[in-house]
Amino acid sequence: MIEKKKLSLPVIGEVDRRTAVKAGAATLGLAAWAAAIKPWFEWTGELDSDEFLQKHYRELNPPEMQRILNRLTDEARKETGQRVVVKDHKPIPGVVFGYALNLSICIGCRKCAEACHHENNHDRPSHQSYIRVFEMQKGGIDFEKGDATYKHPVPAKDKYYMPVQCQQCENAPCVKACPIEATWQEPDGVVVVDYNWCIGCRYCEAACPYHARRFNWSKPEIPPEEVNPNQSYLSNRARPQGVMEKCTFCLHRTREGRMPACLEACPTGARVFGNLLDPDSEIRWVLDNKRVFVLKEELGTKPRFYYFFDK
Amino acid sequence: MPCFSNTARSNACKRRLAILVAAIAVMCAGTAQLTTGCAPNPHTSPEESGTISSDESKKESFPVTIRKPAGPPTIKTGALDEKGNPIAIACATCHTTKPANAEAKLGTPLPLFHQGLVGKHGNLSCVSCHNAAEGYGSLRLADGKSVPYTEVMTLCAQCHGPQFRDYQHGAHGGMTGHWDLTKGGRVRNNCVDCHDPHAPKYPTVMPAQGPNDRFLNKGGHD
Repeated sequence: MIEKKKLSLPVIGEVDRRTAVKAGAATLGLAAWAAAIKPWFEWTGELDSDEFLQKHYRELNPPEMQRILNRLTDEARKETGQRVVVKDHKPIPGVVFGYALNLSICIGCRKCAEACHHENNHDRPSHQSYIRVFEMQKGGIDFEKGDATYKHPVPAKDKYYMPVQCQQCENAPCVKACPIEATWQEPDGVVVVDYNWCIGCRYCEAACPYHARRFNWSKPEIPPEEVNPNQSYLSNRARPQGVMEKCTFCLHRTREGRMPACLEACPTGARVFGNLLDPDSEIRWVLDNKRVFVLKEELGTKPRFYYFFDK
Repeated sequence: MPCFSNTARSNACKRRLAILVAAIAVMCAGTAQLTTGCAPNPHTSPEESGTISSDESKKESFPVTIRKPAGPPTIKTGALDEKGNPIAIACATCHTTKPANAEAKLGTPLPLFHQGLVGKHGNLSCVSCHNAAEGYGSLRLADGKSVPYTEVMTLCAQCHGPQFRDYQHGAHGGMTGHWDLTKGGRVRNNCVDCHDPHAPKYPTVMPAQGPNDRFLNKGGHD
């Protein structure tokens, strides 16, 4: 009996059915596993372990952050040949940003969207921007009848223009929708995304009632000489394919005390930006003296982006 | 316990004093540098900078500069000098000898020099804003006072009060620079940077390129 059992090892001629099935399944399993991990071997060239094992933005200590910024700066310089500097701009204590837009003055020239396109290193082929300017029929606010792709001289008769970008909601639905906390609200009210943490599930895009979030369907293509070299980790640095991005009120500018790019580009001065906590700021004057409203107030998102009319 | 001689002790005292003096000097220099670092931009001449409203001037250390138009305008005569440059003359060249036509308005044909000057600006006559009494070299306020061309906003504000009020509070007119005036200055447009004084309605423009719809262009879904 013992000798017979020894011979029943998978040797040709002495194989029983069960062993053959086991061996077959094992071979298939091995082949499937090899196929499954194949992309892993193909990836290792471009994705280094530091990046793969990188912690969440809010768990990084200063030396770790500095290492990451150095790596990102090196990569961006190698790729673009520009003197790119990737910084990590922290919120200014005692500052909560607010934005207001005068619909009576806006002429729909899209200069703001164009400035955003360049400032934030957006994909050139799709002509992406964080601002969408709607041409609206006077007499109501019906976005279904709004047109964001108009191509005629502006302002057109009986139309008004409504630029829509991230409203930096105090009660942001996108932040709640994210399953992995890759997007959150900073103390200055800006909702940001850690592009290295985002898994690209696009739940936040679906949750946003203002359609303010953009998905990188491909790696943004920008001619190297057009890249804006003043970059920040949470805002306009090069984004990888497959992550969400959004307006950050140009935090790489505004956290240095500067105006957002869209405001500087506005030829009519329809845009007012400032610190909501400073009672002497321009934005507070607008809130105190103009008839302001917010978009989709009934949703309870509490936007920090206000619209107003002159009359 | 070590016993110092008198001279050794006084040497040590002197050294300590010297270190203290040096430290104070360094601190003073540091403060001085800091203050100069926050001082208003030296490139902006006082003529150029006009701080606009009183409530903005509390804690700011950088100026809000309002762009100013060039001085009195000149008129091209159509003739060229020997280098081929057009010859332009000041208003007073003609207007010192010619009496002002109080009736002339935008739309009144002015065949001699102001050909093609058309526009729409209420029911104003030329001398509503141009100061005939000073050879048209300055502007004229409604009360007859003279105001230089560089102070054109004072003139506009007489009628356009709400716009001027909004402007004073940063809610009208394009600007560049800093929202936080403790970190940097700001440059603001004046009225005539954007509005042609003879036809102040903002002109119709072609918009910048809009987004390319992913679904309508090549490479997208059909």
